[in-house]
Amino acid sequence: MCDTCGCVTTSDHTHDTASAHGHGSGEAAEKRVEQVELVEKLLARNDHTAGHNRQHLEKHAVLGINLMSSPGSGKTALLESTVGALGSVDAMAVIEGDLETENDAERIRKQGVKALQIMTGTSCHLDAHQIHQALHRLDLSALDHLFIENVGNLVCPASYDLGQHLNVVLLSVTEGDDKPAKYPVIFRTADLILITKTDLLPVLTDFDVERCEEYVRRLGVTAPMLRVSARSGEGMAAWIAQLKSAWQDRFGADSPQVRAAVG
Amino acid sequence: MHELSICQALLEQVAQQTRRCGGERVRRIVVEIGPLSGVEPHLLNEAFLLARQGTVAQQADLEVVAIPVTVHCPACDSDHEVAANDLRCPVCGEWQTRLVSGDEMTLRTMDVEMPEQEERERGEVRGVA
Repeated sequence: MCDTCGCVTTSDHTHDTASAHGHGSGEAAEKRVEQVELVEKLLARNDHTAGHNRQHLEKHAVLGINLMSSPGSGKTALLESTVGALGSVDAMAVIEGDLETENDAERIRKQGVKALQIMTGTSCHLDAHQIHQALHRLDLSALDHLFIENVGNLVCPASYDLGQHLNVVLLSVTEGDDKPAKYPVIFRTADLILITKTDLLPVLTDFDVERCEEYVRRLGVTAPMLRVSARSGEGMAAWIAQLKSAWQDRFGADSPQVRAAVG
Repeated sequence: MHELSICQALLEQVAQQTRRCGGERVRRIVVEIGPLSGVEPHLLNEAFLLARQGTVAQQADLEVVAIPVTVHCPACDSDHEVAANDLRCPVCGEWQTRLVSGDEMTLRTMDVEMPEQEERERGEVRGVA
């Protein structure tokens, strides 16, 4: 084995000669080395595309909502219950991120809502580039709200800006109430936190909503927290109100789509 | 684990910077990582060994500088190092603190091997960049 680089080699292999296989360390020692000082975010390219996505959405007065949570915390069920309550079904669309299957997109389509499925393969998160491609497949001029259901994962999605306006983190009562203490990064990104499946609270007595909120506040997170149940309907009106006011805060007066629904 | 895709993004930036300064290869890359960036330094190191293959940084070392989580407390006007999952002021207990450091995921420096000759050309390339 070559002592310089650890590669498996024959006895005539040396590093003194010109770098036949690209090591060239003997030679490299004499080369001039420059230190380049930088302050660049590692995900600068993703963030740039995310900024572009955001502009694209804003041009059409579309509010982008990134839903993040662990798998099975009720993101798709929440969206199914959101359909109809928010206004015209034509004014919302959903981008679904999963490693495999179209199942979630099909559930949304059954509600009459446009849904695109991104299958990420082995990737554990959506990135801004994937969203950019999906945006080109949507008629944004018809939309008010675009939901992005991220891959179920409390770790990786937190690092990727997608171009959303609102990060919504869901935490179901079937998970532990200390999830915010265990996964601080994702909860710190939240603009709104939903405690989901609250209809199960009477039987899941280990989950203490107030303790959960305490863990969230310890992260310095001021985001509102809502208790919701897609099954019982608890908190759904407050969730819809948050979505509508987030739209109005950003885009002002009612859009044609919202007006049509109200009228 | 998203560290591999973060490494790929890092190496794209490294390749771009190396071209910009007319360098040949990269010997060392220094990144700053805070616990609230969501990146695990040892996983980043593992991923780097895979991702660097076939790039200008094929033989480069990755140095990860760990940045502590520090907050500024507006109530008692002081800065403190805190745990990643408890950003309250350790002195007065205020919870609405401001993060000063700890969410970094930043490329700071790289040591680039320059070509032996073509001094003038390099000067020109750098002048353009």
